[in-house]
Amino acid sequence: MDPRLTTALAVVVGVPAVLFGYIILTEQILRPIPDRRRGTLRPWLWLLPALAFLAVFLIYPTIGTIIHSFQNTAGTKFVGLDNYVYFFTSPSTLGALKNNVLWVILLTLFTVSFGMIIAVLVDRVRYESIAKAVIFLPLAISMVAASVIWRFMFLYNAPGETQTGTLNAIAGVFGAGPFPWLQIENFSFNTILLIIVMAWMWTGFCMVIISAALKGISAELLEAARVDGANEWQVFRGIIFPLLLPTLAVVATTIVITALKAFDIVYVMTGGNFDTQVMAQSMIQEMFTNGNFGRASAVAVVLLLTIIPVMAINIRRFQAQEAIR
Amino acid sequence: MEERTYRRSRIAAFIAGATLLAAACSSGTATQSPAASTGGGASAPAPSTGGGSAAPSSGGGDLAGQSVTVIGTWGGDEEKAFHQMVAPWEAQTGATVKYTGTRDLNTVLTTGVASGVLPDLAGLPGPGQMVSWADSLVDLGGVLDVPTYTAETAPALVSLGKVNDKLVGVFIKTAVKGLIWFDPKVLTDLGTTPPATWDALQTYITTNKSKAQSPWCLGVESGAASGWPGTDWIEDIILRQAGPDVYAQWYQGKVKWTDPAIKTAWTTFGDVVANSYGGSATVNSTNFANAGDPLFKTPPGCMFLHQASFITGLGAFKTATAGTDYNFFQMPDINAQYTGAVEGAGDLFGMFHDTPAAKSLMAYLVTAPAQDIWVKIGGALSANKNATDYPDDISKRSAAILTNAKIFAFDGSDLMPTAMNDAFWKGIVAYVKDPSQLDSILANLDTVQTSAYATP
Repeated sequence: MDPRLTTALAVVVGVPAVLFGYIILTEQILRPIPDRRRGTLRPWLWLLPALAFLAVFLIYPTIGTIIHSFQNTAGTKFVGLDNYVYFFTSPSTLGALKNNVLWVILLTLFTVSFGMIIAVLVDRVRYESIAKAVIFLPLAISMVAASVIWRFMFLYNAPGETQTGTLNAIAGVFGAGPFPWLQIENFSFNTILLIIVMAWMWTGFCMVIISAALKGISAELLEAARVDGANEWQVFRGIIFPLLLPTLAVVATTIVITALKAFDIVYVMTGGNFDTQVMAQSMIQEMFTNGNFGRASAVAVVLLLTIIPVMAINIRRFQAQEAIR
Repeated sequence: MEERTYRRSRIAAFIAGATLLAAACSSGTATQSPAASTGGGASAPAPSTGGGSAAPSSGGGDLAGQSVTVIGTWGGDEEKAFHQMVAPWEAQTGATVKYTGTRDLNTVLTTGVASGVLPDLAGLPGPGQMVSWADSLVDLGGVLDVPTYTAETAPALVSLGKVNDKLVGVFIKTAVKGLIWFDPKVLTDLGTTPPATWDALQTYITTNKSKAQSPWCLGVESGAASGWPGTDWIEDIILRQAGPDVYAQWYQGKVKWTDPAIKTAWTTFGDVVANSYGGSATVNSTNFANAGDPLFKTPPGCMFLHQASFITGLGAFKTATAGTDYNFFQMPDINAQYTGAVEGAGDLFGMFHDTPAAKSLMAYLVTAPAQDIWVKIGGALSANKNATDYPDDISKRSAAILTNAKIFAFDGSDLMPTAMNDAFWKGIVAYVKDPSQLDSILANLDTVQTSAYATP
C-alpha cells in the first residue's frame, strides 16, 4: 500500500481514537478522587493536551526567539542588546517601523470605515447578498495573486510607449502621465498604494462581520426611534453606531494584527525597494537571506511587543462584555 | 443490577479505548519512517552501503523505479531544457527526476540545511552560499569522474567549486557577462570593428546619436532580486577601470564602498543610467528580460544593451535571429592596463543525499553529451569545453570568450556574503532612482560590509 495512504488512514482512525481514549483515561484517573475535587480537576485534565500543544508550539518558540534576539548571527554567543540597537538605529529598519505605523493606522481606517459604510448601505437594498458577495470576493484571492493583479494596475512603461498598466492607460486618456506609481516615495505615496491593495482585500471581511452585527440590532428599537421623530442620521448616530462599537473593536483588532503581518504585498510588488519595506519583511530578509538569526529574532520580538497591547485591550473589552451578560 | 452493567460497560469501554490508543500509537510510529524519508527527499529505498565504497561507477547498478529530487531556480523554457537534458538519463536508467523550480532557492535551502529536509540535488545560489553549506554537501570526489571533469572544465570554475580542497559544487551552466548587444541592421559598421576602448565607445555614441532614441537600454527589475543587472555593470566597470586585484579585494570586503575606485565605477554607471531609454523610472520598472526589447523597435529605442550571454534566451531576443537581428561585442577596456579581463557566472549544482540514483545523475549532468543537449537549445553556455553543439555563431563566440579568457573573474556580487549582495542590489535600485544619493548609499553599504563579512 502507498505509504501516504497508510499515513492518511492512521490519522483518520488514530486521531479520534486517541482523543476518545484520552477522555476515558482521564475519567479513570478521576475515579478514586473524591467527588468534591473532581469538578475542579476535570477541566484541567481536559485542557492538558491543548496546553501541551500550546507549550510546544507557541510558548517554547517564543522563549527561544527572545533568547535568540540577544545572541549573535548563528546563535552561538550572547551579544547583549546589539540586535535591538541595530533595529533602532538602522535607517532601513526604522523605515520599516514608520511604514508599519502607516499600515496599522491607514489599513484599519480604510477597511473598518468602508466596511461599516457598505454594511449600513447594502442593508437597505434588495440585491444585498450579491453586493456583499462581490465585495467579499477579493478576500478569497491569495495575497500573492492579488499583488500580481495590482502590479498590472500600477504598471509603468517608458514614456511614449503604449501604457499597458490600467492606471497609466486611464491617465493617458486625459493626456497625463505616465506615472511610476510604485516609485513615488513622497509622503509615502507608494506605501499608501500598497495599503489600498490590502484594503481592497479586507474591506469585505469587515463588511461581513459588521453586517452580521447590524442584523442583530432589534428592528423594534429602530422603529421606536423613527416613530419618535429621529431622522436616519440620528438613528445611525444615536443607536446603530453605539451598538456596533464592540464589533468594530473586534474587527479593528483583527485588522491591526493583519497590518502588522503585512508582507506578501510588499514582497511581490516592490520587494521592499523605494522605501516601502515593512517589519515582517525585514524579519524574513534577516532570517532567510542574510541568515542572521539574532537580528531576525529581535525584529520578531519587537513585533510581538507591539501586538501585546492590542491583544490586552481586546481581552479586557471581551471580559467587560462577559461581565455585563 | 443496573449499577453493575454500567460498571461492566465502563470497563469494556476503557479496554477498548486503551487498545485503540495503543494501536494508534503504534501505527503512528510505523508510519513515521516513510514520512520522514519523503520529507528528507531521499525516496530511494536502497540503504547506503556505508562510506568508502563510493566509486564513480556506482551509477551502474539497477536504478529502475528510483527517483532523484532536484531543486533549482529554472522555470519555463529553462525548466523544459533541463528536462530534455535529463531525458536520456531517465531512459537509460529507468529512474525519474523530480524537479521543483523555485525563485526562493536561497530560503528553501537555508531552512533545509538547518532542518535536514533537503533535495538530493540542488542548484546553489552562489559560491558564497556554497561555502557556508559545505558541511551538508556531499564530496563529489567520489561521484564524478574527476580527472575527466578537471580536464574538460575551465580551471577557474573547477576551483570555485572547491571548499578546502573538497569538490562540492559543479557548474552545470555558465554565462559570460559584460557583453554589449546591438542590432547590426541599425549599427551596420559595428560587426567588424567594435570600439576597442570605453572612450571610443563614448565617441561612437556621440557621432551616431541620431540612430536611436537613447544610447543605452537598461532594466534592473527582477522581483526580490531587483537591482542585480546594475551590479553586473559595476563589476564590469571595476574590473576594467581599477583592475582584477581591486576587484578581488572589493568582493572580499577588503576595499570600502566609499573608496574612490569603487565610487568612480558607480559614477561611470551613473552616466549610463542618465543616458538610458525612458530614464530612471523606466529602468527601475523594466524587467531585465525585456530590457533589450527597444533595440528591435522601429525607430530603435536604444543602441546598446549590456547583458550576459543568457539574454539570447529571453525577451525579444528569443524570437530574433542571431547574427542578423542581434550581435555583440565584449565590453571594451577602460584602462588599457587590464585588457582581456572577462567576467563570468554560472549555476552551481551540489548534492545533499548520497543515493545511487543521485550519484548517477550528478555524474551524467557534467558530461559533454548531456551538456550538448542543454547548449543546443540556446541561452546557455557550458563549462565543459567538449560541449560544442551551439546553435549559432553568436553562442559559439561567447563560449569561446569564456574558455579563452586571460583574466577570468567570477561574478563579484555572487561571491559576496548574501547580506552584502542583497544590500548591493537594493543600493543599485536606490541609485537608479536618485543618483544624487550616491554618498549615503555607499556609506550604508560600508555599514553592511562591516557586519556582513564578520565571522560569527
